[in-house]
Amino acid sequence: MNKPAMPNSFRTGPDEQGMFGIFGGRFVAETLMPLILDLEEQWNHAKNDPEFKAELQNLSTHYAGRPSKLYFAEGLTKHLGGAKVYFKREDLNHTGSHKINNCLGQILLAKRMGKKRIIAETGAGQHGVASATVAARFGYPCVVYMGATDVARQSPNVFRMKLLGAEVRPVTAGHGTLKDAMNEALRDWVTNVEDTYYLIGTAAGPHPYPELVRDFQSVIGSEARAQMLEQEGRLPDVIIAAVGGGSNAIGLFHPFLDDKDVRIIGIEAGGRGLDGVEHCASMNAGKPGVLHGNRTYLLQNADGQILDGHSISAGLDYPGVGPEHSWLRDSGRVQYEPILDDEALEAFQLTTRVEGIIPALESAHAIAHAMKIVPKMDKDQLVIVNLSGRGDKDVHTVANMLGMEI
Amino acid sequence: MTTRIDRRMAKLKSEGRPALVTYVMGGDPDYDTSLSIMKALPVSGSDLIELGMPFSDPMADGPAIQAAGLRALKGGQTLARTLKLASEFRAGDDETPIVLMGYYNPIYIYGVDRFLADAKASGIDGLIVVDLPPEMDEELCIPALKAGVNFIRLATPTTDDKRLPKVLENTSGFVYYVSMTGITGSALADTAKVSAAVTRIKGHTALPVCVGFGVKTAEQARVIGASADGVVVGTAIVNAIANVLGPKGEKTADPAEAVATLVSGLAQGVRAARLAAAE
Ligand SMILES: Cc1ncc(COP(=O)(O)O)c(C=O)c1O
Repeated sequence: MNKPAMPNSFRTGPDEQGMFGIFGGRFVAETLMPLILDLEEQWNHAKNDPEFKAELQNLSTHYAGRPSKLYFAEGLTKHLGGAKVYFKREDLNHTGSHKINNCLGQILLAKRMGKKRIIAETGAGQHGVASATVAARFGYPCVVYMGATDVARQSPNVFRMKLLGAEVRPVTAGHGTLKDAMNEALRDWVTNVEDTYYLIGTAAGPHPYPELVRDFQSVIGSEARAQMLEQEGRLPDVIIAAVGGGSNAIGLFHPFLDDKDVRIIGIEAGGRGLDGVEHCASMNAGKPGVLHGNRTYLLQNADGQILDGHSISAGLDYPGVGPEHSWLRDSGRVQYEPILDDEALEAFQLTTRVEGIIPALESAHAIAHAMKIVPKMDKDQLVIVNLSGRGDKDVHTVANMLGMEI
Repeated sequence: MTTRIDRRMAKLKSEGRPALVTYVMGGDPDYDTSLSIMKALPVSGSDLIELGMPFSDPMADGPAIQAAGLRALKGGQTLARTLKLASEFRAGDDETPIVLMGYYNPIYIYGVDRFLADAKASGIDGLIVVDLPPEMDEELCIPALKAGVNFIRLATPTTDDKRLPKVLENTSGFVYYVSMTGITGSALADTAKVSAAVTRIKGHTALPVCVGFGVKTAEQARVIGASADGVVVGTAIVNAIANVLGPKGEKTADPAEAVATLVSGLAQGVRAARLAAAE
């Protein structure tokens, strides 16, 4: 890849075609095209509409519990013996992760567009739960597509979705993970395009989804930036987030992109190592291709067939990534590093013991990277780790890995 | 510049009957069988062949074509081998048009320029790429037109009169009308609505309009063919192949023969179309 010239600002994308450099776009079937053009138009109105903003603000505060705290993780800081570690506590949001930020925004868009039915895809089940939650709150029927493997490894979330009144449809194609769920959601959407709103759970898919999901999630970074200035009187030195499709990461990163002195690190699922195919490190080991409506880094073979990948964490088990991350990678603004299953598991256990916080396995990947770099940093340096969700959903997976019975 | 598609469509028009367009997945269930199936198509009455390029994530396809793609990939099919399949077919038939149908990523990875050169050399006449709407024309549509390969666009029930000119703008060969909002293999839509849509599209273009998605029987082919310039059948043919494969993929009968029987029936339906319409 040629390195694109350094832009004046990293925060202006996408362009009118929905591109971030060569990434992004609208690679969808004609059936969906009129709908995503309509969505774009509605979104352009909504984002400048004071009433829309006020309604979202009100729900964020009183329903989701924002702002989430920026918490000084003293136990972990002491344990690591280097820079000061802060957690952005998205795990404390209603439904237990950052996914609610996006779902509240999109359900208001669905309402604006007069849609009658919500569909969503989910990996870890956090987005499925958040979708089912807002559907319940606003009185919509909701169908959630979830890979059969994920249905098994995230059973607490499957039950939560059912309690919330959603129908969970297991998808057996491929490895039965997030990619397969997304294919099936797209097939439903193409079939029921008139009345259905597709509530995409991450900053990927055809334009305008990557942009609008990012904008709904950017509340994470805006808050964290202001909170750090208030609590420490300066910006952090490093910010870290796990990257599945990339929504919690872009939400944290985006408000910091033009702060040149802030180092930004995205963490991909390294699975069982990057040598084979058992990982989901699309930006470290994949190449650009087209899937699910956008061009982005993908795990694929020489014939352009998409690989299934692997991660211990259902939310990171996706062979692609949102297009803005691909662009940030190529432009060099953000550094993307892999973390192995075992390293995430260790971070999961350590955080639980020294902080009394059970992190989601996705978030544990980000913490694991902090564990690597923080001890080498100075004591007066500042690191923010995005604690994108809580780990209650993962206890079965962790018990399995540790050979324990629940 | 005329292509085999233009010539074939003009000939059928002069004969006063619609085209039977048949879809098969390249390499399903394996390369050699696929070649013999392809060869059986024109003999049984197919006027134009859509050759599927297998893709791991066919998001506009139903279970039957998904499974066909997986069988082909399992059998070692690649885009390069699909092109080879076309050229081997072409060696024995220089008239039946071949349209490649599939998704963009394998083409993008193969390299657009290299792909167009090799496709042309293999006797490919047109392309249908599901995930390239007009908004993405710079990717492949414009280069294909420059290379003399038809780019056949899908129009759908959601393509309204306002959008239709954009969809038709760089389309050549024919227009593929997708009979319903849905994936391949679904039930056929209301045929009256389909013919109304065909008439609507014909108001915007002189290109032939072929209708696909949901056509499975000779009777349906006859009804659709009364108004359309061509009828596309895919899932039914793919199912005819699947039906003669055992649980481990072993052949329980000759797939080429199974396809030939089905296609002969469909061809009769299509040939009866205008007679029926004239009655
Ligand atoms: C807690 C948590 N963090 C992170 C992710 C990864 O998604 P994204 O990269 O869109 O934030 C998920 C996805 O399910 C999740 O549940």
